[in-house]
Amino acid sequence: MWRRLGEQLQSGWKVIVVLIPFIWLLLFFLAPFFMVLKISLAESVIASPPFKPLLQWVSDSAVSINIVFDNFLFIWEDSLYLDTYLNSIKISLISTILCLIIGYPIAYAIVRATPTAKNVFLLMVILPFWTSFLLRVYAWMGLLADQGTINNLLIWLGIIDEPIRMLYTEFAVYVGIVYTYLPFMILPLYANMEKLDINLLEAAADLGAKPMMTFLTVTLPLTVPGIIAGSLLVFIPATGEYVIPDLLGGGNVLMIGRVLYSEFNANTDWPVASAVAIVLLFLLVLPMMLYQHIQSRESES
Amino acid sequence: MDTGSKPDFEDRPWLDPDQQPFIRIQGITKSFGPFVAVDNVDLDIYKGELFALLGGSGCGKTTLLRMMAGFETPTSGKISIDGMDMTDVPPYERPVNMMFQSYALFPHMTVEKNVAYGLKRDGLPKAEIADRVSDMLSMVELSAFSKRKPHQLSGGQRQRVALARSLVKNPKLLLLDEPLAALDKRLREQTQYELMSLQEKLGVTFVVVTHDQEEAMTLSTRIAVMDQGYFVQIGTPTEIYEYPETCFVADFIGSANMFEGRVRETDGKVCLIDVPGFEQPFQVEHPANIPVGAKVWVAIRPEKLLLSPTPITETGLNILKGIVDDIGYYGNSSTYRIRLQDDRIIQVTHPNQRRPRDARHVADWEDMVYLGWEPASGVLLTK
Repeated sequence: MWRRLGEQLQSGWKVIVVLIPFIWLLLFFLAPFFMVLKISLAESVIASPPFKPLLQWVSDSAVSINIVFDNFLFIWEDSLYLDTYLNSIKISLISTILCLIIGYPIAYAIVRATPTAKNVFLLMVILPFWTSFLLRVYAWMGLLADQGTINNLLIWLGIIDEPIRMLYTEFAVYVGIVYTYLPFMILPLYANMEKLDINLLEAAADLGAKPMMTFLTVTLPLTVPGIIAGSLLVFIPATGEYVIPDLLGGGNVLMIGRVLYSEFNANTDWPVASAVAIVLLFLLVLPMMLYQHIQSRESES
Repeated sequence: MDTGSKPDFEDRPWLDPDQQPFIRIQGITKSFGPFVAVDNVDLDIYKGELFALLGGSGCGKTTLLRMMAGFETPTSGKISIDGMDMTDVPPYERPVNMMFQSYALFPHMTVEKNVAYGLKRDGLPKAEIADRVSDMLSMVELSAFSKRKPHQLSGGQRQRVALARSLVKNPKLLLLDEPLAALDKRLREQTQYELMSLQEKLGVTFVVVTHDQEEAMTLSTRIAVMDQGYFVQIGTPTEIYEYPETCFVADFIGSANMFEGRVRETDGKVCLIDVPGFEQPFQVEHPANIPVGAKVWVAIRPEKLLLSPTPITETGLNILKGIVDDIGYYGNSSTYRIRLQDDRIIQVTHPNQRRPRDARHVADWEDMVYLGWEPASGVLLTK
């Protein structure tokens, strides 16, 4: 009997080990999600908290459930929200492509570097993470401002007379997002390219492929998983970005993160803000599932 | 010219003075910084040869192969293939193909597409590509696997795809980097014969790099033994095995029992060698006149020693006496380690010609045995 118990405990350990992160995710991801979902289906009132509770005791023996879809309808009808969603996706998409164009050659160069140089380069890519994200965005404000470093330098060099308007434009938001998310593109690409066998490139050359042809027929197809992983890792969070469009774009660049914030804070309209969040989540569910699928396939191979 | 002598050179073109070498390597040196990988080597390889570059790790054989393929540029020297200077020609413009040790099959392409890759780069019409690919695949017996991807194939099948891919363009020269290294023994033997028959059928010149001397001996028409960037000896497998020119070669190929000694006497046919520790001088057949007193080595292959538990009566043999120290059983033969009178151990190989029920060897452990060898069986080496 004790042996049976011991065996069960052994297999039980596996369950316990999985249970701990599962409970963590349940508490800090699933539960908050349901809370936001609940608020998004509630009626907005001037109260604290500023929404009607889901369940209300009508009398001693009856409970009424208050669910309204007004908030979602409101988002759908007001063109502001639709425009903002589309604008967010546009900016995020373009930023992803820019990250890819800049990050791909960088990742490739790192892979081909000597071992010492490789470590230095990787450190340079990761180092910014060790400083505060907010500070780095503020630094960009200082660089891009009309009276900022870049403009001052250009005027001092005599290249321009009037400062170029950079801060509080869409351009600044692109700079901010690409700068911040570039490591998220470079690292998955690097991980994928590291596994690329040099012999394959030599084999291609041996069979008659010139360097460009080798790149198009061998390197590129084999780095597609890295490209997709990096792109999703940039696109998904960038769509919901708040700090960068707020600080670098000012009021001029409409991104959904900012809209959510102003609904929540300025309007104290928690239900609408929650609805905005829920819609954003569902928009990104498809790319997120795609990412998960690719990662699991990569880890299998 | 005497045309009657032509057939004699048919499978030994390097002996024919009228033959032009197909591949000419002249003064090739390759250095990586201060390290010299290939040291000013010259080599002529003839059309249709299966030539082996044999040596241990770091001897420069792979570097030389890569220079023939075009993946490395020589620091100095010239490489010509079929009369054309190829020294500075990039790999994608050479009529040379290579079979990599790791096969380097494109993982994202099917077997068919892998084999067709080279033909597509040449811009051939689709129909022709399809024909040549299917011909090649049936030659390597992989027609049924044409739609599979490399990860769905076994090691031996992948090797055949690599072979098909490298031969489908009918290259003038095929380079093989350790082609049999990754295969198990049975597959290795099978592939050896397949390679040889393919080569004969297609008439392609092969250059094989290997560290496995058995592989080199079975496969090739000629072998170049390499050490530290230069050729120690070039010759046919028989020449290398039975007529090594240095102690290095004698020891590298197969095993050899080495005796160091000094020349006592020589008459142009047989040399008498004084070996310290043995009263009787060794008699070794050697055509050249070596100065008396010169330091020499006598190399005797284990299979050339006659092993007898009783004194040997045959005349004209060198006789050694010893005690059986150890016996290694290999099934078809046994290797006896004999401790001689000067305490050194030599090896004697004996085929197991009898099939006794209680598996007695010719001699047992700790037995006293007599060894005999003919003067012609010993190799006299001066370096």
